[in-house]
Amino acid sequence: MSDLLKSYRFREERQSDWAKLDQILTRAESGGVKSLSDDQMLALPRLYRQAVSSLSVARSISLDQNVINYLESLCTRAYFFVYGARTTLGERMMLFLRSDWPAAVSKSVWTTLIAAFFFFGGWALAFFLCLQDMDWFWTFHGQNFMDGRNPDATVEYLRSTIYTTEGDTGEGQLTAFASFLFNNNAQIALLAFALGFAFGIPTAWLLVYNGVMIGSLYAVFWDKGLGYEFTGWLMIHGVTELFAIVLAGAAGFVIGGAVAFPGPHSRIASARLAGQRAATIAMGCVVMLIIAALLEGFGRQLINSDLVRYIIASVTLLFWLVYFYAPRKEVPA
Amino acid sequence: MTKPPLKMAPVNAAAAQSGEAAVQRRARFAEEMRQSKTVRRLVTPEGAAIQLKLASVAERAGAFMIDLAIQWAIVIATLLGLGYVAGALSPGSANIAFAFWLVFFFFLRNFYYIFFEIGQRGATPGKRILGLRVAARDGGRLTANSVLARNFIREIEIGLPFQFVLMGGDQFGAWMALFGLLWSGVFLLFPVFNKDKMRVGDLLAGTWVIKAPKAKLLEDIASSMARPESASRFAFSMAQTDAYGIHELHVLEDVLRQSTADIKAQVAGRIRTKIGWSRTDGESDVSFLEAYYAALRKRLEQRMLLGDRKSDKFDVR
Repeated sequence: MSDLLKSYRFREERQSDWAKLDQILTRAESGGVKSLSDDQMLALPRLYRQAVSSLSVARSISLDQNVINYLESLCTRAYFFVYGARTTLGERMMLFLRSDWPAAVSKSVWTTLIAAFFFFGGWALAFFLCLQDMDWFWTFHGQNFMDGRNPDATVEYLRSTIYTTEGDTGEGQLTAFASFLFNNNAQIALLAFALGFAFGIPTAWLLVYNGVMIGSLYAVFWDKGLGYEFTGWLMIHGVTELFAIVLAGAAGFVIGGAVAFPGPHSRIASARLAGQRAATIAMGCVVMLIIAALLEGFGRQLINSDLVRYIIASVTLLFWLVYFYAPRKEVPA
Repeated sequence: MTKPPLKMAPVNAAAAQSGEAAVQRRARFAEEMRQSKTVRRLVTPEGAAIQLKLASVAERAGAFMIDLAIQWAIVIATLLGLGYVAGALSPGSANIAFAFWLVFFFFLRNFYYIFFEIGQRGATPGKRILGLRVAARDGGRLTANSVLARNFIREIEIGLPFQFVLMGGDQFGAWMALFGLLWSGVFLLFPVFNKDKMRVGDLLAGTWVIKAPKAKLLEDIASSMARPESASRFAFSMAQTDAYGIHELHVLEDVLRQSTADIKAQVAGRIRTKIGWSRTDGESDVSFLEAYYAALRKRLEQRMLLGDRKSDKFDVR
C-alpha cells in the first residue's frame, strides 16, 4: 500500500469545494436568494460546474458509494437552484395580474363562448320551461330550496329577499353567508376546470346544471313581476361571479379540446401545453370569485337602490371586458 | 437507493454457483432492475447527466398524509383560537369570527400546496420531511402555472372520491355513490398505473415528483490506509484482492458504516477464510476489514479504469 487510492486523492482535493457548495445551497434553500452574500452568488456557478464535473469523474473512477450518492444529491439540489425560478412570490403575482391572466383569457375566446353557450343555454331552457309550467321548478330543485324562495311564495316575501330591511340581519350572518357561498362557488369553478380533461363533457354538464339552477329561480321572480328588481339583485355581483364560472368552464374546455384534438402533439404533450394556460384562467377565476364575494357580502347588502345596482353591474362588466380583451403592450417577462 | 439486506457470502465457491447463492444473485439482479426503472436521466446544459429517482407512490401518499395532518392541525387550532378570542370579546361576534375562519379555511385548502411548491424548494412540508420535491418533466424550470395546474386538479383526485363516499341515502343514491366512487377512483389511483408515477395533475402540469434527499459526505473508509502502521501490516496479494467484486465491495462498505461489532466479526471471519488470510497478533476485525476494503477498492478501481468492471465475485474473466 505504497501509494494511496486515486479516488481517495481525487476526493481529498475537491471535498472542501463540495462542502462550500453544500453550505451555500443549504442557506439558499432556507432563506431564499436574498440571504446569499455577493461572494457566494459569484462562487455558486463555478462551484456548481465543478460539482457536476466531479460527479461524472467520480462515476468513472470511484467505487465509494457514499461519495457518488453525495455528489448525486448535491448536483441535483444545485441544478434545481441554479436553473430554478429566481422570481419572488410577489413578482409572480404581479406578472400574473399584468399579463399572464388576461393573455390566457383573451387567447381562449372560442372556448369562453362555448362555455357561455352551455351556461346561458341551461339558464334559458330552465327559464322558459318554468314560465310555461311552474312544476318544472320542483323538478329542478327538489322539495327544499333555500329560504322558501319558490313559486309558492308571496310577492311581498320575494321582494323582502331582494332588499335588506333595517335590523333584519346582522352583519355577522351576512359575512358568514357570503364567505360560505364563495367557498362553494370557488369549488365549483375549480371542479369545472379540473373535470375538463374528460373531453369537457362533465364541464358542460356542470355549466348547464348551474345555468338551470339560476334560470329557474329567475323564472320565479319574473313570474311575480319582480324581473327588473331581481336582475339588479343578481347582477351587482353576478356579472363577476357568472363571468368567473363561465371562464372556469372555458378553462375546462381548453383542456378538453387539447385532449380530444391534440393536433401535431401527442395527447399528453397537448394536454400539458393547454393545462398551464387553463390553470392560469382557473386561478383568475378564484380571484374573480373573491371580488364577487366582496360585492355580494357588502355591496349588495348596503346598496338597496336598483339604479345603483345596475350601474355597478355595468361598470364591473365593462372593467372585465377591457381588462381581458383590450389589446395591450407586451410586458417583458 | 436501498440495498437488499446483507447476505453472507458462501464459503465454498463451487457451491456458490449452484443452489441458494444463484437464486440470491438472480433476486439481486431483479431488484436492481426494478430500482433502475424508477431512475430518469437528466442531462444538464453543461452536458453532465444527473440521475433523478422518482418518488414511489407510498412516499407520495405519506407526504400527502403529513400535509393533510398539518392542514387540519392549523384549521382546528385557528378555530379554537378564534372561538376563544370571539367569546372573550363579545358573544355576538361569533358570526364574524366564523366568517373569517371560513375565508381562512378556503385559502388554506386551495393555496397551502401552491404556496410551498412555488417556493425555492418546490416541496410542501410533508414532501420536505420525506425528501421529495416537485420538478418539471422536461428538466426546465418549474413554473408557477405548472404548480397551479397540478394543485387545482387535486380537487377531483381527492375531493371527488371523498364526496361520493359521503353521498349515499336511499338505495338508488347508494348505487350512484358506488359508481361515482369507482369512476373517481380512477383519478385517485392513477399514479399507481403509470411508469412515471404521475398524478392526473402532474400529467396536465408537466411535472413529476422526485427524490431529493440531502446526503451527508461521510469519511472515506480508505483514509485509514493513510496511516503507515496499518499500511505495512496488511499486504494483500493480487489473488486475494481478486476474490470479490463491486457488489461485495458495496456490501462491505455498508457493513463498515452501519452494522454492529458482532456482524463485523462474522464478516471478517468469512473473508479471512475465503482469501486464506491468517490472523496476526493484535489484529482487530475492524482494522482488517478497513484494510481489505481499501485494497479491494484499489484493485477494482484499477480494473475499472481499464474498462473491466467485475460486478461480483461470480464474475470471473
